[in-house]
Amino acid sequence: MTDVEETTATLPLVRKCPFSPPPEYEALRTENPVSRVGLPSGQTAWALTRLEDIREMLSSPHFSSDRLDPAFPMMVARQIRREDKPFRPSLISMDPPEHSRARRDVVGEFTVKRMKALQPRIQQIVDEHLDALLAGPKPADLVQALSLPVPSLVICELLGVPYSDHEFFQARSSKMLSREVSPEDRQAAFEQLENYLDELVTRKEANATEDDLLGRQILKQREAGEGDHDELVSLAFLLLIAGHETTANMISLGTVTLLENPEQLAKVKADPDKTLPAIEELLRVFTIAETATSRFATADVEIGGTLIRAGEGVVGLSNAGNHDPDGFENPDAFDIERGARHHVAFGFGVHQCLGQNLARMELQIVFDTLFKRIPGIRIAVPVDELQFKHDSTIYGLHALPVTW
Amino acid sequence: MKIIADTGKCVGAGQCVLTDPDLFDQSEDDGTVIVLTPEPEGDEAEENARTAVHICPGQALSLA
Ligand code: SF4
Repeated sequence: MTDVEETTATLPLVRKCPFSPPPEYEALRTENPVSRVGLPSGQTAWALTRLEDIREMLSSPHFSSDRLDPAFPMMVARQIRREDKPFRPSLISMDPPEHSRARRDVVGEFTVKRMKALQPRIQQIVDEHLDALLAGPKPADLVQALSLPVPSLVICELLGVPYSDHEFFQARSSKMLSREVSPEDRQAAFEQLENYLDELVTRKEANATEDDLLGRQILKQREAGEGDHDELVSLAFLLLIAGHETTANMISLGTVTLLENPEQLAKVKADPDKTLPAIEELLRVFTIAETATSRFATADVEIGGTLIRAGEGVVGLSNAGNHDPDGFENPDAFDIERGARHHVAFGFGVHQCLGQNLARMELQIVFDTLFKRIPGIRIAVPVDELQFKHDSTIYGLHALPVTW
Repeated sequence: MKIIADTGKCVGAGQCVLTDPDLFDQSEDDGTVIVLTPEPEGDEAEENARTAVHICPGQALSLA
């Protein structure tokens, strides 16, 4: 590994304006697009800031996602390994060919068609929550009233996890993603959630039905004669966490952004075909999981003209890539008409987000319904008083007071 | 123009189906791409095919 002295920045860099990437990204991209950076874990790694370099790295077979390998660039202190129960890597930690097999087992659950079939149920959930919001006191916190419960209910129903336990796993999920939490507390949250899902999967194995994803996976495994309890627990873990903080934060951030850009919101209201392009633009602008695209090299590879040696970590700063002027003209402008579909907010390559079409479907229904049913909705406090999640691996909003 | 799909590389993200459901579908089973219209005709369909190739995360699509 190269000396720390050579690093040009220490990650994570913080967004100064809540609607823009950290200002240092632009300087990095123009002066040193593939640069050495320090990480909170004490490691050094390469940071990629150009869209093409990130795409190239993420689609190269010479980079590994194995988070258990000491070479993997960690953004928080490494998880302490449990002695009694070794980690079972989930999809995000696997490499091909193991990853390809595991992803294929479950990807049929997330096809565009399957997500469309969920539309009526998601609509119902959104309507019920808006009924409750409208019936309750003003101002209300949109995060608690809508952003968090909608994706949470949807992923729980899809997986077959009892929603009545949501306070338990929401609390642990946000602990695991916070950078402020001590390694011991994070580890405790991890273990509690893992034990919870272990028991849940065991219960389902005793009585598996076609009604939910976990049940269907159990039946599928049985048919193939290869039941793998631990793999299901890690899959449930990943999907439950990934289904919580991500879409929820995009609902809140998207609502604020659209309200702050009334001309663009007017276009979305006037033409339902504009909602999806607006969502792609919101995904690009915020890129809330910007360091999920971290890997380490398994061979010497050149990326963007720089030689990355086997064993060196790489952080594809997807938020920098999504604001690369070579990929997006006038990248800091929020423009729903720009056609931003080649952004890397969902990553790229074999690990590109499994739940992306579920997220799109939820966001589409939420924005269409929210602005139709509460056309006079507005933010109840000045925007600069909003509490953005500068301290979390997944960017977002802690609370969003709204009135109407 | 001919669309070539390598299902071995496909990661089932469905970006192609989102781009143009007349050109692409996904298998119910493992989510891999099914090309519905291997030889798209007309400017719009051809443009959509090019977009799908560009954004496909698995680089499973190409044009000949
Ligand atoms: S976009 Fe590419 S990886 Fe995704 S389903 Fe289509 S062909 Fe497969």
